[in-house]
Amino acid sequence: MLYEQELKTFVEGTTNFFEVAAQQPASIGSPYLMEGSPAVHEYTGVIKISGKREGVVYFTAPKAMLTVLLMKMQENDFSHETMRDLVGEVANTISGNARRDFGRDFVISVPSVLSGEKPEIPQKPGQRSFIIPINWRSHSAKLVVSLA
Amino acid sequence: MSNGTMNGNGKRSFKLMIVDDSNLMRRRIERSQQFEELQLVGTAADGVEALELFKRTDPDVVTMDITMPHMDGIECIARLVAMKPAIRILVVSALADKATAVEAMESGANGFLNKPFTDRQLNEAIAELMR
Repeated sequence: MLYEQELKTFVEGTTNFFEVAAQQPASIGSPYLMEGSPAVHEYTGVIKISGKREGVVYFTAPKAMLTVLLMKMQENDFSHETMRDLVGEVANTISGNARRDFGRDFVISVPSVLSGEKPEIPQKPGQRSFIIPINWRSHSAKLVVSLA
Repeated sequence: MSNGTMNGNGKRSFKLMIVDDSNLMRRRIERSQQFEELQLVGTAADGVEALELFKRTDPDVVTMDITMPHMDGIECIARLVAMKPAIRILVVSALADKATAVEAMESGANGFLNKPFTDRQLNEAIAELMR
C-alpha cells in the first residue's frame, strides 16, 4: 500500500528532476489511482523495486517530449536508442532519489526500457498503481508508482 | 592523488575514465567537465568493463555510477582502489540515501555527487576531488 507521504516523495523527485536536469520546471498534477490497463506513451523506463518494498516505478513519455528534453540537455542525438536511454535514466534518477526517504532497503534495479504500443509492464496483478501526471512545455508524461 | 603525466606543453595532465550504464550520462559528463588537465581515456558501461579499461589505460580520475549491470559501482570502486590506491573516484549516482554515500566512501571513493546535477555542481565536485 502506498501512503500519501510516500507519493509526495515521488512528486518531489519528479519536480527536482525537471528543475535540475531539464532546467525548466514541470507542472506535476495530483496523483490518482490507475484504473484499467497501464497508461503508457511511446517510451517507458521501468525500475523494479525489491527489498523492504516490492513493485515497479516507471516513467513513460512521448517521443516529442523526450526530443525536447534531449535538446535542453545539449544533446543532438535523437535516435531510438537515445530515447530509450533517457526514459531509463529518468526512471532511475527518480527511483534512486526516493531512497532519501525510503532508505537503502528500497532496492532499485537497473532500468529496463519498453517502447511501442501496449508494452507489457511487469506488474503484479491486483497491485494498486498511482499515476503522477507531468506536464512540461505543453507535453504530457507520467510517473507511475506501484508498491506493496 | 597520482602525479598524472607531463604533456608536451610542460603541463600536468590526468587521465579520466567515466563509468555509467547510461550512454547519455557518459556523454553528459564528458561534455560538461571543464578541466583542461583532464584527458578522457575511455568510458565504460559497467564495473566489469571499467576494470578492463583500467588495466589498458591506467586512469587517475574516475566518475562512477553505482547501479549498473554485471558489477555495481561499489564493488568496482573497491577493486580499483586495491589496484591503484592513489586513484581519485567521484561517485555520480541517483541513490540519495546517506548509507550508500557512506558505503561508497568506505569502499574508497573520494566524493559523491547525486543525480540530477548541474554542470556547475559536477565541476565543483571534480575540483574538490582533484584538490
